[in-house]
Amino acid sequence: MGAPLTTPYLSLAIWVPIAAGVAVLGVGRDRDAGLARWIALIGAVAGFVVTIPLYLYFDTSTSAMQFVEYADWIPRFDIHYHLGVDGISVLFVLLNSFITVLVVWAGWEVITVRVAQYMAAFLIMSGLMNAVFAALDGILFYLVFEAMLIPMYLIIGVWGGPNRVYAALKFFLYTLLGSLLMLVALIYLYSVSESFEILEWYKVPLEMRTQILLWIAFFLAFAVKVPMWPVHTWLPDAHVEAPTGGSVVLAAITLKIGAYGFVRFILPILPDASRYLSGFVITLSLIAVIYIGFVALVQADMKKLIAYSSISHMGFVTLGFFLFSQLGIEGALAQMLSHGFVSAAMFLCVGVMYDRMHTRLIADYGGVVNTMPKFAAFMMLFAMANAGLPGTSGFVGEFLVILASVKANFWLGFAAAITLILGAAYTLWMYKRVIFGEVANENVAKMKDIGSREFWLLGVVALAVLVMGVWPKPVIDVMHASVADLLTIVSRSKL
Amino acid sequence: MAMLAQLHYWAALPEIVILAAASLILLIDLFVPDDRRHVSYWLTQLTLLVAICVTLTTLRLDSIKGYNGMVIDDMLADFLRIACFIAVSLMLFYSRSYMIARGLFRGDVFVLTLFALLGMQVMITGNNFLTLYLGLELMSLSLYALVAAQRDHPRGAEAAMKYFVLGALASGMLLYGLSMIYGTTGSLDLDTVARAIYARHDSALLLTFGLVFVVSGLAFKLAVVPYHMWVPDVYDGAPTSMTVLIGTAPKIAAFAMTLRILSGAMQGAAFDWQGMLIVLCVLSMVLGNLIAIAQSNLKRMLAYSTIANMGYMLLGFLTANRYGFSAAMFYTIAYALTSLASFGMIMLLSREGFESDRLDDFKGLNQRSPWWAFIMLLVMFSLAGLPPTLGFYAKFMVIESAINEGFVWLAVVAVVTSLIGAFYYLRVVKLMYFDEPAETAPIVVRGDTWVALSANGLLLLVLGILPQQLIGLCAIALTQSNFP
Repeated sequence: MGAPLTTPYLSLAIWVPIAAGVAVLGVGRDRDAGLARWIALIGAVAGFVVTIPLYLYFDTSTSAMQFVEYADWIPRFDIHYHLGVDGISVLFVLLNSFITVLVVWAGWEVITVRVAQYMAAFLIMSGLMNAVFAALDGILFYLVFEAMLIPMYLIIGVWGGPNRVYAALKFFLYTLLGSLLMLVALIYLYSVSESFEILEWYKVPLEMRTQILLWIAFFLAFAVKVPMWPVHTWLPDAHVEAPTGGSVVLAAITLKIGAYGFVRFILPILPDASRYLSGFVITLSLIAVIYIGFVALVQADMKKLIAYSSISHMGFVTLGFFLFSQLGIEGALAQMLSHGFVSAAMFLCVGVMYDRMHTRLIADYGGVVNTMPKFAAFMMLFAMANAGLPGTSGFVGEFLVILASVKANFWLGFAAAITLILGAAYTLWMYKRVIFGEVANENVAKMKDIGSREFWLLGVVALAVLVMGVWPKPVIDVMHASVADLLTIVSRSKL
Repeated sequence: MAMLAQLHYWAALPEIVILAAASLILLIDLFVPDDRRHVSYWLTQLTLLVAICVTLTTLRLDSIKGYNGMVIDDMLADFLRIACFIAVSLMLFYSRSYMIARGLFRGDVFVLTLFALLGMQVMITGNNFLTLYLGLELMSLSLYALVAAQRDHPRGAEAAMKYFVLGALASGMLLYGLSMIYGTTGSLDLDTVARAIYARHDSALLLTFGLVFVVSGLAFKLAVVPYHMWVPDVYDGAPTSMTVLIGTAPKIAAFAMTLRILSGAMQGAAFDWQGMLIVLCVLSMVLGNLIAIAQSNLKRMLAYSTIANMGYMLLGFLTANRYGFSAAMFYTIAYALTSLASFGMIMLLSREGFESDRLDDFKGLNQRSPWWAFIMLLVMFSLAGLPPTLGFYAKFMVIESAINEGFVWLAVVAVVTSLIGAFYYLRVVKLMYFDEPAETAPIVVRGDTWVALSANGLLLLVLGILPQQLIGLCAIALTQSNFP
């Protein structure tokens, strides 16, 4: 365990945004939107500030859970309020709290109806997602995992586009289907082990048949969240209809929760089934990487394109996990972090254009660089990162995963590397059509370049993308011990 | 003296309080002019408060039998009695304006409500087939009359008629079954019957036969498929104030009666009734949730939701052990609390000449009143069993007890059907939050209703985050009451 603790940093990371969200709801009337915005921003910044010690005081030499908090909750079922982070989860708490600040900022002038509810939904969501990454008790995890759906459902449904009702419902039911079966699996593990401690489950022996059934239940829950082909169809709908902030949170954090479930639950609790079924997951991942990459190529809607690109990038993550090597898993985790920044940035860019033009169709744009040069420069950087250009964060993860794939099997690595071409193709082709060329129509001619709010918003993310791309060592170091430990657990048979 | 000690009259003290108060209010109400009717109303509320206090002061950890073994007073009884008192009290708070607007704010309504409550209490405390049956009939007859309380309202009268005919049929079945059990065991006393069933050596065909009828009769009162046909019509046709009365406290009483008969007396035949309950449970979960999707009337939707929810309750019950029973008890109480708030919301939005019982009446509620939309949101998510609401722990507990007993497939059926359920609960949320309001009339709420309904709604959230006390109480109530 790290340094002796007096401050419950993880609880603060969870409850500060939630409290701020409730406060925003309490004071923010529709007439007084400004107050709601300021309280939300203060809450989001405070929520981010309290997570910084998590990184500063993190002990990279150990794989044990740190910043642990443990309290009785429901004694009848031995459920505890048990929080803790290791090298795998700590960075996501930071990422999430950081993205929340961006989202509040991004919605500052754009959201004009029911501002208080909008801000509150994101703040509460942020607290719940921190809890997902910090939960070490199965039921606590499930509780926040499900509760998260409620604010997201409202965000898509209330502030979304024309087809929002359909998208919100599809999002909700899809994710609920997966997670309900996971509940059965969690309770089954409890009945076997008499405990809801996730770390206890790493040790409980399970026979192959049971492992496979549990694996299917967990896999459905997390594969829908990631999302993996073929249960990905909710994502493009949800992304397209959601407001910019909703898309950012969905892409940057919510998808990561699915992937996080793989490393926290599936791999260590069901190692034999995971190895047995690794070919299956790798196949699905490659389909996501290649086939969905082609699908992204033909999209006419920018948000849809980025949504498909997310699915393709997340395919890389699941691929990395199931190679069972240090490189692969670290690469996948780096890819998750990088995608958190890059996809958020891409959606913010689309949001910036959408706010001016109220269309997301590529065909409606062209020659934006002439009217918005500063914006075009930022978007260039993010497009490059999305394509995995060296020097940006997008490169680190993809490179490590491809390296691990080549080590496992040359053709696997070859197939995975196709994404570098495809990713560049669909991202840069879209960039070319939207940004370059002559000014396409008079609407584009009327576009104003980004103001200072948008400049700093994109600038902060750009900085993160570059720093992580040039110097990923601090990030990788944090993961090292925990990933090594994870691999030992996975290599141990439970039969 | 010995005889008097045997009587243990205080075992039924809360019942005596309710009976005395009901008679008193009946008398006093005769001398109260129409514009002073709230005197009777507050007297009724006072009675309920006194009854809660009396029950709390006579709370006991052991069980005691009174009136020569006719009634039993134990933790379970005390706990469920208090739950019923609270449910009826909340029902009166919520329906005050509603009843005034519909000419239901009458002394006879209050008195009949108290008599129905008395019947429920007898169902909760009965320790003899006859006592239980008497309690059931007292409750049912009062409810039949209450459903028809709006005399010039044809749908109410029709609902009352249906309720009466089918209810009488169910009572008949129950009685028939009980008589067969009496025939095999030679007793009406639950403890004696239990001993006789444990001691039997032959395969008692007559007993199994009787059990079938008993389970049917109970299933009717619990409103589970295939004994559910009355529920949608009665829920829909009755005035909402009476629907909430039928849909909440009687479910708690029916649970208690089912527990007393099936476990208290017939635990020896658990294997037989377990099989029957599995069928009822699966059918209710599947059909209740599926048919609810097609409803455009909120009261009918909630009626089918009741059916489905009682199916989930049976999921805990059919494990036939103490953990399952306590899960089922938790479920029943959680359901009653959620259901109260849901009907409370319907009455809140209704006014004179406007029932507000169509789904569309909830359109755009978030714009009319964010607070009430939030409360209804909690209610819907609690009914759907989603965290962080009380309904989640209710479902969690019954599913846990089923898996623990090896019924993993039933647990899977339960989660798949609750996914179907989520669809129609979400639709209500969608109407409230995503749609534009069709109705713009301001929502007028009495202060006491505001406090009661808000507290009820928030309780769903608070108990959803901190359920340990209620879980503990349900466990203690069953441990202290010597259920297997």
